[in-house]
Amino acid sequence: MTAIERDPDDARARPASSALRRRFRRVPIHLGVGIVMAIWLIPTVGLFVNSFRTVHDMGEAGWWTALFAPAKFTLDSYKTILETRGFVDSIVNSLLITIPATILQVVIATFAGYAFAWMKFRGRDLFFIVIVGLMVVPVQMTFIPVLKLFAATGLAGTFIAVWLAHTGYGLPFQTYLLRSYIGSLPREVFESAEIDGANHATRFWRIVVPMSIPAIAANTIFVFLGVWNDLLIAVTFLGQSANKPLTVLIGQQTTSLGGNWQVLTAAAVIQMILPLAVFLGLQRYFVRGISAGAVKG
Amino acid sequence: MDSRIVTAIVAVVGMPILLVGYIQVGEAILARLPKGLARRMRPYVWVFPAVAFATIFMVLPTINTIVISFQNVKGAWVGIDNYVYFFTNPETLGSIKNNLLWLVLFTGFVVGFGLLISVLFDRVKYESIAKTAVFLPLPISAVAASIIWKFMYEFQPAGHAQTGTLNAILGVPGFQPIAWLVNNTTNNFALIAIGVWTSTGFAMVIISAALKGINSELLEAARVDGANEVQVLRGIIIPLLMPTLTVIATTMIITALKVFDIVFVLTNGAYGTDVIARQLFARIANSDYGRAAAVGVVLLLAVTPILLLNVKRFREQEEIR
Repeated sequence: MTAIERDPDDARARPASSALRRRFRRVPIHLGVGIVMAIWLIPTVGLFVNSFRTVHDMGEAGWWTALFAPAKFTLDSYKTILETRGFVDSIVNSLLITIPATILQVVIATFAGYAFAWMKFRGRDLFFIVIVGLMVVPVQMTFIPVLKLFAATGLAGTFIAVWLAHTGYGLPFQTYLLRSYIGSLPREVFESAEIDGANHATRFWRIVVPMSIPAIAANTIFVFLGVWNDLLIAVTFLGQSANKPLTVLIGQQTTSLGGNWQVLTAAAVIQMILPLAVFLGLQRYFVRGISAGAVKG
Repeated sequence: MDSRIVTAIVAVVGMPILLVGYIQVGEAILARLPKGLARRMRPYVWVFPAVAFATIFMVLPTINTIVISFQNVKGAWVGIDNYVYFFTNPETLGSIKNNLLWLVLFTGFVVGFGLLISVLFDRVKYESIAKTAVFLPLPISAVAASIIWKFMYEFQPAGHAQTGTLNAILGVPGFQPIAWLVNNTTNNFALIAIGVWTSTGFAMVIISAALKGINSELLEAARVDGANEVQVLRGIIIPLLMPTLTVIATTMIITALKVFDIVFVLTNGAYGTDVIARQLFARIANSDYGRAAAVGVVLLLAVTPILLLNVKRFREQEEIR
C-alpha cells in the first residue's frame, strides 16, 4: 500500500516501456540491499559452516571451500568441546546465573517502578534522579569495593555474588523503563480498585502486573540476554571460580588455546543458539526492549 | 553436581517466593499500622529493595573507588600520584587514544550506517527480512562475535592459502594478505568494525521507526520539485531525525567509552589496541587497586557530561508529563 502511494509515477498511466525502465532503475537499490545483507550475514554463516569442519580443514582452506563438493562436514568440534573439562558445567552455570539474576532484577524493578509511578513520598524525585544518573555510571567503577565486600562476606566466587551484582548493576535502567511504562497506565483503573477496597499488594498483582505484561516481557528478554551474554561482570566475579559461565570459558580459552582456537567455533555456536532462538522467536518483544533501550547508556 | 541442583531449586523456586513474600509481609505489617503512618511508610517498603541494591552496588562503591584512587596499594594517602601515573604512563595514554578512536569511529559509523541502511531498506518491499539480517548480530554476545570475526581476519603468510574471508577476498585481485589484528595500522579499525557490525542493527531499528513517522508526502513533494536523494536526506530526513540520532549517538558514545569484551577476547590489549576498561580490569586482576581506581575515575569523568545531559533531558520530560 505505502509503496504504491509513495510512487510518483503511476505505472498504469504510462507505456509499458516506461514501467520496465522504472523497474530497471531500481536495480541499484536491490543490489545495495543485497550487499548490505551479505556483509551482515557472511561472518555468522562462516562460523556456522566452520563449526562443522575439522580443525585441520579449517587451517587448510577457508570455510567457503566447504560449500563445494566433496562435502566433509563432521561433528568433531562439537564432540571435542563437549568432552572438554568444564564445558558442560559452564553451560549449566550460565543458566544458573542468568535465570535467577533475571527474576530478581525484573521483580524488584517492577516493585520500584510501581512506587515511583503511583505513590507520593519524600525524596522520590531525588531518588529517581540518582537512578537516572546511575544508568550511565561505568560498572567497572564499583568493582574494587564490591570485590572486597564479597570477600568479606564469604560470597566471593559464588552464584549469589553474581546474582546480586547483576541485579545491582541492571536495576537503575530496569526501574527507569518500568516506571515510565507503569506510569502511563490510565489513572481510572487505580481509582476503581481503590473504591473496591483493594489493598496495594492485590492491586499490584491483579492490575499493575497484568497490564504491564508487554513491558515486563520485553524487559525480561532484554535482561536475560544481557546476563547470558555478559563477560565483564562474570569474569570479574567468577573468573577464577569453578562457577564460571560459557562466555568466560570461551573468552579465556581463546587466548590460552593459541593455535588450536578453532575448536571454539562449536562453543561459540552453542553460546549463540539460545539468544538467536529467543531473538527469532520473540522478535517483536525483543525489538521493543531494544527500542526502549535507546535512552540507556 | 548436587550443590548445583540445590542452587537451581533455591533460585527458581525460592527467589520468587522470597520476593512475593517480601511484599505480602510488608503490606500485612502496613495494614496493622495507623492509616496515616501506613500511607507514609508504604512507598519505602516498595522501593526499598531497589534503593538498597543501587546504594550497596553502585552509589557507595563509586564513592569508595574515588577515595581509593587517592591511595597506594597499602592504603596510604598519595595525593594525585595515581592520576599523574595515569596521564604519564605510555600504556594508559595509549588506551585513552584508542578509546577516542572508538568514540569517533564507532559512534560515527553506527549512526551513519544505521541511517543509510534505514533509508535504503525503506525503499524495498522485503524490508523486514533485510532488517532481520542487519539486526541478527545484536543478540550475539561479544565473545561469540569475536570468534566469528577471528575467521574474517584470519591471516596466513603470503603464498599460503588464505583461510580468512577478508584476506581471501584481497587475494582475488592479487593484493598481499594483511595481519588485521596484529598490524598496527589496521588492528584498531578491525576491532571497531566488529563493534559497528554488532551495533548497527540497534541504530537501524530505532531510526527506521522514526523514519516511518516522517510524512511521506513531504519527501515526495521535495522529489517532485527536483531534489535528488542526497538533498532529501540532508535537507529533510536528517534534520527531522536529529533528536533520534542524538539519543543513539549518546548511547554509542557510552558504549565506546566502556568497550571491553571485543578487545579482551581478540587481542587482550596487545599490539597497541588497549582500551581504558581493559586497563582497569587488568589492574584490578593484579590487585593494583589505587591505580585501577584512578582509571575508573577517569572513565567516570568521561561519561559525566552525558550523565548530566540525561538528567537534564529527564527533568524536561517530567515537566511535560
